[in-house]
Amino acid sequence: MKPRHLPRVALLLLLLAIGLLLGGCQRSEPLPLRLTNVTGHMPDLDFKLTDDHGKAVTGADYRGKVVLLYFGYTHCPDVCPLTLAHLHVVMQRLGPLADGARILFVSVDPSRDTPAVMHAYVNAFDPRAVGLTGDAHAIEALSKRYRSAFTREPGNTDGSYEVSHSSAIYLFDRDGHARVLATPSAAQDDIVHDLHLLLSSGATP
Amino acid sequence: MKPCRLSFLLAGLLLAGGVHATAADHVHASHAWIRVLPGDLPAGAYVTLQNDGDQPVALSGASSTVYAEVMLHHSSSEGGMSRMTMVDALPVPAHGTALLAPAGYHLMLMKASALVKPGDTVKLTLEFTDGSTLATDFIARPANAVDENH
Ligand SMILES: [Cu+2]
Repeated sequence: MKPRHLPRVALLLLLLAIGLLLGGCQRSEPLPLRLTNVTGHMPDLDFKLTDDHGKAVTGADYRGKVVLLYFGYTHCPDVCPLTLAHLHVVMQRLGPLADGARILFVSVDPSRDTPAVMHAYVNAFDPRAVGLTGDAHAIEALSKRYRSAFTREPGNTDGSYEVSHSSAIYLFDRDGHARVLATPSAAQDDIVHDLHLLLSSGATP
Repeated sequence: MKPCRLSFLLAGLLLAGGVHATAADHVHASHAWIRVLPGDLPAGAYVTLQNDGDQPVALSGASSTVYAEVMLHHSSSEGGMSRMTMVDALPVPAHGTALLAPAGYHLMLMKASALVKPGDTVKLTLEFTDGSTLATDFIARPANAVDENH
């Protein structure tokens, strides 16, 4: 190689290095998510509720964490526990990484689901699960925000009622952006896969 | 005449018993468990019913000395919505099985008179539409138990 070619080679290498650096910094590159990708199609995580310690919390309190949002109620002995038990297995499979994630279980039955009831309930499933309850309007607002729905119908016995609720699980990245919509029947491998992607991207805590 | 009448009665009873074997006589319960939830929250009970008889039978519910209220429920998911509905009876086909399993049929157990802990055994009396009953031991499991058999 003749000496006069050296600056050109160096320039090329420099350009290549800059290109790689820019590429590495770029976050708009779509993540190869396996489940329904809702990036850009749903609003950021935002709410004003009460956690299971009785503390007022907002969506901003969970920035820095990957969030799994699920609506349900504690007097649901079948489907809600099944979903939360599966999410517990998912968290276990993430190992220490699971500390970067939170399961937010939002009650659609706030009149019965006090923070104390919610606390006992979520902790029976996973230490990284948080129970959220609060004002009926605030819960409705959160539910509507994610086009989730729930209904309450009076039951046939003493003041009881039947609740039907959306079964979707919404995954948010560390910046609070909605990224994935999962159904309870989604393969555990796929949820674990997508959580791995979300946990290794976005803002660091 | 008296002994004669008695033997007729006995024969009649035996005949009735032989011809009309009850649903419970033909049903075997297995894999019976309860998902225990904290406090006095309702729990879900699951069981596999196998009918080795030639006639279909149907489970109508259950009773328990521990839970004041037991209801036969079905969970369904339609259009992304989960809901629970009361069911009058769950058929068990002749020489077939019926499954009470998570996200499907379950017995909803309410108003426990005593604290049920994981590891406990709770006796539930399964009731069939013909009035026959089958006492079955259910194992209490933790809230986050995953039903590995299904
Ligand atoms: Cu139920």
